[in-house]
Formats: sequence, C-alpha cells, structure tokens
Amino acid sequence: MKVELRDPNTIMTLSRLGSFHQSRLSFLRSFLYEFKDWEYKRDLFDLDEYGFGTAVYSFKKKNRVYSLVCFANKINDDERSDRVIATKWDAAFTLHDGVPLKGDIERLRNEVPKQEVGRLSYKELTLSRANKSVRIFDHVVESLSKGIQPNIDLLEKVGYLYRTTAVYGSGKFGLADRFRIKNREEINGPFRLEMMLVYLVRQFTFDQVNHVAKNKNPKFAVKLDPKICKNLGIGNSTGLGMAPFIVNHPTLLNNWILCRETALKKIREIKIVEDKDSNLFKDCVRNSIKNITSWNTESEYQLIKIKNLLKDVKKFINFVENEFDFKKDYPFNLIYLWLEKEACEECIEYIVSIMMEPYGEIVDPLIKKMSSDEEKYFNIPTDRTVEELRAILEKKYSNILSINFEKKENYKKFWFISKNKEEPRLADRFEEEGSNLEQPLAIARDIKELYKKILVTKNSLTMDKFLVENSHLRHVVRRAFIIEKFPYSEIQDNTISEKIVPIDMLRLKLSFCGALKFDPRSDKWLRICMFQGAPLPDELKHYDEQWVYNKH
Amino acid sequence: MKSFSEIETTSKRASRAVGFSWGIAEEVGKSVRLLELFGFPGIKNLNQYYQNKKKENYENIKLINQTNRSNKKLYCPITLGVSFLDQIKKIESFEKCSFQGIAYPILLLPFLSRCSEIIGKKILFEFEQNKFLLNFNISISSNNFQKELPSTANNIEIKFLENKDNFSDLDWKNLYKLSEDTFVEETDSLKKGAAGAGLTDND
Repeated sequence: MKVELRDPNTIMTLSRLGSFHQSRLSFLRSFLYEFKDWEYKRDLFDLDEYGFGTAVYSFKKKNRVYSLVCFANKINDDERSDRVIATKWDAAFTLHDGVPLKGDIERLRNEVPKQEVGRLSYKELTLSRANKSVRIFDHVVESLSKGIQPNIDLLEKVGYLYRTTAVYGSGKFGLADRFRIKNREEINGPFRLEMMLVYLVRQFTFDQVNHVAKNKNPKFAVKLDPKICKNLGIGNSTGLGMAPFIVNHPTLLNNWILCRETALKKIREIKIVEDKDSNLFKDCVRNSIKNITSWNTESEYQLIKIKNLLKDVKKFINFVENEFDFKKDYPFNLIYLWLEKEACEECIEYIVSIMMEPYGEIVDPLIKKMSSDEEKYFNIPTDRTVEELRAILEKKYSNILSINFEKKENYKKFWFISKNKEEPRLADRFEEEGSNLEQPLAIARDIKELYKKILVTKNSLTMDKFLVENSHLRHVVRRAFIIEKFPYSEIQDNTISEKIVPIDMLRLKLSFCGALKFDPRSDKWLRICMFQGAPLPDELKHYDEQWVYNKH
Repeated sequence: MKSFSEIETTSKRASRAVGFSWGIAEEVGKSVRLLELFGFPGIKNLNQYYQNKKKENYENIKLINQTNRSNKKLYCPITLGVSFLDQIKKIESFEKCSFQGIAYPILLLPFLSRCSEIIGKKILFEFEQNKFLLNFNISISSNNFQKELPSTANNIEIKFLENKDNFSDLDWKNLYKLSEDTFVEETDSLKKGAAGAGLTDND
C-alpha cells in the first residue's frame, strides 16, 4: 500500500505547525545519539565559594575536541532579565572549537559575558547566556548544604536550575561561519553544536549548585541526587527573534518537515507491526501522560490546548487498548486515520511523534537529510515563463491565494527589526510607526500581489524580462521556484494577519529542537525546557533512547 | 574579524536601505559575501558606492545588448549585475559584450562569477589594465590581486570562453604516457578472467 505524503496546505498552516512536538528527529535527541561515544570531560572548574568563576567542559573523539567555556558572574537581582534587552546574565557560555589556550580563555572572558556587543572569533562555534531560576537555585543550595535533597515537587514544577535566553551560532557576532565546519560528519544535522552547548550548560548548573552548597556547609553538604539531576533540564525563554528564521530558510524548513512527513508515511506503510514495536509505541503513549500532566503554564491559550490534548490522548489510549487490533494490516495507517477523524491537531501531531519511537531504522537515516545547501537553490531560473510561474502559484499556494488582502485585518501586522537590539518585532501597522521599513516576511501578501501581477502579464514572457519591471516582487519569485521543488518550504498561512499567534512559529522550531513543556508567557514569547529527563554525560554510552517518555 | 554571515546580512540590509527591493538586496548580500570570500574588497567598494549613490545618479540598465553605452551617467553595478545574471542565457550567445562607463566595476565581479557557474563557461572580465578570469564560481584569477581598484571603468569587455583545454596535445600525450606506467599488461589468462563481462554476450 502506498500512502501519500500529507498535504502541505494542511500541515504548513500555523495552527498545525504550532501543534508540533519533539520526536526522534529532534535535534537534541540526534545530538545525544551522535555524541554518545565521545569522551566527556570537565577540564577546568575554577569557581569561588559563591559559584562565580570559569569552567571548561569538553567532548573529545580522536583529534576533534569541542570545549564549552563557562563564565559565571555575580549580578544583582534587579539586573536579571530574560528579555533580549538585558546586558548582564548569571552565566555566559561559548563553545570553542578545540582546546582553548590560556590566551583564548582571557580573550573570551572579556567578550563572552558581553554577548551581542562582544566579538567572538572563527574559533568559537556557538554563544549563549543564562539566568538562574533564583527561587529554585537557592532552594537547592539551601537543601543540599543542610545535607538533604531538595523538594522534588518544587523542582518538577520549574524543571531547571537555569534558563538560557538565546543561543547563537552560524556567524553571529563573529562566530565561525557554517561553511567552515559543515563537512564534519558529527555535525551533519541542524543545530547540533547549539544542542551541545545547552547540554553541557546543563551539567555546569549541577556542578555549580553542588559546589556552592559544599562551600556553604563543607561538613554536611550532600550532592544533588543524580536521579534528580536527570529530571532537570535547561529552561529557555524565546521571543520573536526565532520567528523569521523559518521564513528566511525555506529549503531548510522543507527538509525538516519533509523528513517528519517521510517518516510518518513509511510507518503508515508498514503492513505487519511486530509486537515489540506496538508495545513500545503503547508504552510511550502511556508514559507520556506524565509529560502532559506535569506541563505547567498560566497561558490560557496553552491551557486549553493541554486540556484538549490530555482528553484526546486518554481517548486514544482507550481506543488502542480496548478497540484496536495491532494484528490488522497497516495498523499505523489505521491509527493515523482514526486520529484525523477523532483528535485535535495537538493530539494528532503528538501521536505522530510517538509513532516514530519504535522505528529507528526508518527515522535515524532521515536525520542526515535535515540540513540544506541553501545556496544551491538561490538563483532564479530566469528562462522560465510567466505561465509556468502561474501554474506553480496556483498549485502550491492555493490557501494563500484565497486570502483577501483588501481587508485590513489581513494585513494589520508588520514585522520589523528593532534599532536598539537588532531583533525582529511585530507591530500594528495602523497604530505604530515603522511599517515603511517592513521586513520581507509577509510572504502570503506578496505572493498574492505577484499572482495578481502575472494574471495581467503575457504568458510567454520569461522571468528575466518580467523581473526588469517587477523588481519589487523578486523575493517571492525566488520563493515560488523554490517551493516548486520543496513542497514544505513555505508557511501556508498569513504572517501579518490580525489573528496571527507568533508563538506558533516559535513552537515549530522549538519542537524540532526537542523542547518540551511550551509555556507561552504572551502571544510573542514563551518558556520551554530542554533535556529534561535526558541521560547525564556519564550515562551517555548506554542510555534509554525513549528517555523523553520514561522519566521517573 | 567579521563573519561572512554578518557580511551578507549587513550588505543586504544596507542595499534595502539605499532603495533596492528586498529581492535585489538578497542578491547583493550573496554577491558581496562571495567577493569577500574570494579575497576582494567587497564591503569597502559597496560602502563607497552607496555613499556616492546618495550624491550622484547612476543609470539602471535593463536589457543588455552586445554593446552598451550609458547616457552620460555611469551604470549602476548592482542593477547591471542583477540584469546580467537574469539575462545570462541570452547574453551568452553574444560571445562577448562591452560596456562604456560602470561605477565600482568590482561589484559586478560576483554576479559574473555566478553567471560562469550557470552557463558552465569561464568568463573573462577586462577593463583598462585589469583582468579577471571567473572560473565557474569556484575561484577568480586576477592580475591585480590586492591592488587598489578604480571606482570607474570606462571600457569594459566581457568574454565567454569556450570550454577547451588549457594545454597542448603534446603536454597531454607526454603526461598520459607517464600515467600508463601504472597499468598492467594483460596476458591471455587475464584477458579471459579479470574482466567482469562474459566473453560472449549473445545470450
């Protein structure tokens, strides 16, 4: 039986993309898999009694070494802010390519804590900073120093000791350009070094909290129980900075989604499912309930989504355990069809992610296809005709072409880059200044404009001539020829609508990163948790691949 | 130092700021990145051009012919570059083409480099005493590497070089003869047993 890939017009809407969940394909999980047999080491741990100072952690294999350099600094409570406008953080980090020399550490000590206003070099690969969850960190120090373990319920509620507020890579602030490292086998997957940084930061937070507690009460202090450590991750506060990424990297977006869709298609095409695979799938679904019930948020928007998810997952479990027979042919296809009929978008994508768990042999080879050589598809094929372009637009953008951009509510918002922080922002064009400097992120509106233009243009005109008079549409002409080859390269929705929920765009990317527990703090930023439940560095060689669902 | 990613982003934004469309600005970002990657002063020339653009007008060429003469004003290297890129398949048939008066000719270089890759031919770009050989967007050879480049070029010639060997038959024959020393003379037994295919293929 041949199952078709799912229709981009359904999958690429913002509400569906905003319902995605982590899976085997997620970058943090593929990072762990790739680096499981690397040698982990804490090379330097030079902190004072309060936990301020420098530390270095590394992963090494043969001649390749990646080193996380950490700088923990004292800041006042009134200086601590997760917003991108902050200028000081509890700790700042960079991933250095190789073993940092003394001179490198001194140079980095001057630059890394400054973050966006510092300068890194081609020897650094990623950059980040993080703030303590003060309430949790202090509680853990206090408990450990008294010789007792902290309150698990409190820890569970937050899920981390520190949260990062940005993780930069790929040439930002002088960091190494991607082309310098792209041929390295171990990083043949998106954001692998960003994931490494976050993972090593997680370990630093455990070491730091133990160190401070020990110094507070050397005689009685105990170490944080590794089981508790394992159930702590790293938090992350993410704002709109991430949103334009998925618009600005169409072929990369396509490859992420296409791999997910290909995995689903292949799983639906399995005729006979072995007991061990169906049991693993059912176990993961059952165990995952804990991830939903411990998902804390005050966001009404997310609370409704969680409530519906929980209701539908329970309904699904009941269906699978009492009504469904895995001995039928193509059981995962039947399950998928049931979901489409009976479950909400959030639940459909949740179960789709879990379907991948038993099938490493299908999913894992796809991970290597998730990067993209974007340059290859940049040139516009200018010998193509208006007629051909029209056919592409009608076939690939049918949802978008039905949007009426004469209506104010459909073009109410505009995206811009703030002058003080050079970060993307979203504003109301009828109430705020600045729409004359709008960023090219209103793809739906511009595609519609392109379509209107070509409807009154001669069919046989080639693109080289069309572009002479229509230079303002060049960016969307390029995209149209990209989507012709890459069906999932475009968000099939209106990114400047009055109703846009920008966190849907963030959530899409974060789900591919492997984030859990999306906690929207408004429609424009959210908190998440990464690596919660993940193996600790000394467990990497033999770890449970389904750790996401099997937390204790 | 600045990363190439920063170079591309800043060039793109600056291009939009001086009035180019986003699509053209994207082209400039990629092109200046390429120039800097090949070791040519892209940022310096783009900056000087945009500073001058505020004071002076430049001519935007639309359709490129075999011979192109600007009307008093110099051609804008950006619109010329983008038009060249878009129309390259037609221009290629000219075998060569010429321009009179281009501002900041170095900025045209990356567009020509990309054209070389598209048509699969080397392109020779010459103005005054300066020569650049564009090799399929893999490299650029030049007789004036690291020399100060003029902000204006009066007589420019662009040639599309046919794909042909860059060496003599004799050079090739001699080298090939040497390479034969790595081959094994086949005996009758090797002829029968060492090849993959059968001796008769009439089945």
